[in-house]
Amino acid sequence: MLVVDVLAGGVRGGTAIMFAALGETLAERAGVVNLGTEGCMLVGALGGYAVAAETGSPWLGLLAGALAGALLGLVHAAAVLWRGADQFATGLTLMFLGLGLTSLFGAAYVGSPAPGFDPVPVPVLGDLPIVGEILFRHDPVTYLSFAVAPLLWFLLGRTRTGLLVRTAGERADVLHAHGHSPALVRAAAVVAGAGLAGLGGAQLSTAYAHAWFEGMTAGRGFIAVALVIFAAWRPLWVMAGSYLFGAALAVAPALQARGQALNQFALDALPFVITLVILAILGRRTLRAAPEELRRVFAR
Amino acid sequence: MRTIIAGAALTALAVLSTLTTACSANTAGTAAPAAPGGAAPGKDSPAVGFVFVGPKDDYGYNQAAYQGSQEVAKVFPQLKVITAENVPEDDNAARVMNSMIAKGARIIFATSYGHLDAALKVAAEHPDVVVVQQGNLITGTTPPNAGTFFGTVYEPVYLAGIAAGKATKTGKLGYVYAFPISQTIDNIDAFELGARSVNPTVKTYAVSTSSWCDPAKQAEAAANLLKQGVDVITQHQDCTATVIKATEAAGAMTVGYHADASGIAPKGWLTGSQWNWGPLYSDIVRTALAGTFTGSKYNANFRVGYKTGDNPFVQSPYGPGVDEETKKLVDAAKERLRNSSPFAGPVRDQEGKVRVPEGTVPDYETIEKIDYFVEGVVGSLPKS
Repeated sequence: MLVVDVLAGGVRGGTAIMFAALGETLAERAGVVNLGTEGCMLVGALGGYAVAAETGSPWLGLLAGALAGALLGLVHAAAVLWRGADQFATGLTLMFLGLGLTSLFGAAYVGSPAPGFDPVPVPVLGDLPIVGEILFRHDPVTYLSFAVAPLLWFLLGRTRTGLLVRTAGERADVLHAHGHSPALVRAAAVVAGAGLAGLGGAQLSTAYAHAWFEGMTAGRGFIAVALVIFAAWRPLWVMAGSYLFGAALAVAPALQARGQALNQFALDALPFVITLVILAILGRRTLRAAPEELRRVFAR
Repeated sequence: MRTIIAGAALTALAVLSTLTTACSANTAGTAAPAAPGGAAPGKDSPAVGFVFVGPKDDYGYNQAAYQGSQEVAKVFPQLKVITAENVPEDDNAARVMNSMIAKGARIIFATSYGHLDAALKVAAEHPDVVVVQQGNLITGTTPPNAGTFFGTVYEPVYLAGIAAGKATKTGKLGYVYAFPISQTIDNIDAFELGARSVNPTVKTYAVSTSSWCDPAKQAEAAANLLKQGVDVITQHQDCTATVIKATEAAGAMTVGYHADASGIAPKGWLTGSQWNWGPLYSDIVRTALAGTFTGSKYNANFRVGYKTGDNPFVQSPYGPGVDEETKKLVDAAKERLRNSSPFAGPVRDQEGKVRVPEGTVPDYETIEKIDYFVEGVVGSLPKS
């Protein structure tokens, strides 16, 4: 059934975006925008693939991907929070840095084999009609990813750590008055968020595409940043939005595999059209949901 | 004809590619010595230059061209073989070629489709240098020191189609392709025609990725084809591992492209098509060194297929699942192609209209202009 295939494709293809978008949510809730998410995903994708190839363990690859992303996030945190550099300029530079570094060091891994994660249907649940097909016939990393959004929601909304992050994003001076360093909290959020983006990149290369190729994220990092805004900085909405975007990406191949007569170029533009339309519909309402400190960044 | 990258990234890449080609371009701009007394282009050249658009180890198009250049080095030990990777399809290519000429090369191979303009420019500036380009077509008059060459890639694809048509149990084959250009359309058509020749009801489902290498899109394309019950998948992409691994993981069968990838599909590998440029490159070099390039078959848009000689696109080794009967059918078809074509009439398009009448064998040029899917291909070409 077309709808089921598209939704299953949405989960399959949306997972990498979801990791990155949840990471961006964490950073932005602390008051920092990381436009370099694309670069973090790329170093994660290469780091994950390369380490899986060298060690033979895709799990170590996944860990390496997260570390690589976090390391690039550390550059962003240092430039923005320590040196006071412009967030947008630094983020964009970070993207180019990630692209350049991975093109340079990734050449050796283009086309070379590495172990990865294959789909493993969940017993019983995987046999369920429709639901099983959409949710429970994926790779292990995708199953793990189901827990990330709820965990982030819990962390942000129900824990003391989450309160610190939110205060850093809403009222940094209050945090300061209570003896905490807003810069430190933000740095931690940016680095952890970039780590999640790296994890998303590693999922893309080791579980989804089973390959490394320069620029393979193809704009997913930027979509992740846009998603955070239209999901109003809420983890569970981010999850839904990621799957929606993944589903939009899955429409073209699903229709083509059925021999439907459609313009492929129009289909390829669909995900971006959907993103734009949603952002336009939400308009100013999204900014009202933005963390206070972030609004200051946007409204300069 | 390579990777298409987001506009924003182009600047960074341009810088990077300039850096990576800089080493061979450091003498760019210096004029080459003029041909003494109008000697034949390329005659007794001490060196030969090869220009590649991508890395020499891409497990695909560029690696195959690089291997061809190394074979030239083996066949002509007295020649200095100069190579340059990651040369963009713009004026940089002319710069790199000029630097090769400054180092003594009077035979240049420009191996990417988009290198043609630069190649013709260099050929015009250096009448004593042979410049040949791989895969494109020179329109208008051919300069006395230039030419293009290519194989008929769709012929081995047709043979692979026979193996696929015999192997499929569901009667559904899958084709993951990049862009609807003539070379790709020829391949998809030839694959289906080969499969139909042994299995009249077989269908080929074509899915495009709009990219020469976007592994994520390839993964989704493969997943959807497999979901539709396709049990043999082939492709026309620059990077091929993603589709092959997805196919193997699903227990389906693979027909390769560009290279022998049976290593990553030990169970499902049927056969495929791969490049063997060595003999053709060497023959072009031999012709140029002898001073007989001008007026030779290479001083034109040279195309070679089973009909006229050794196709540089050859069949990959068979996998374990291919039976003797199939191999015999493929051999017989290969024999047949020596004085025929995969597109020998009657060929019908998707609407059932006869496009090549019975008894007609279209020539290479006609085939390179085919812009329709044949009967049995499921999918549609975007109308532009």
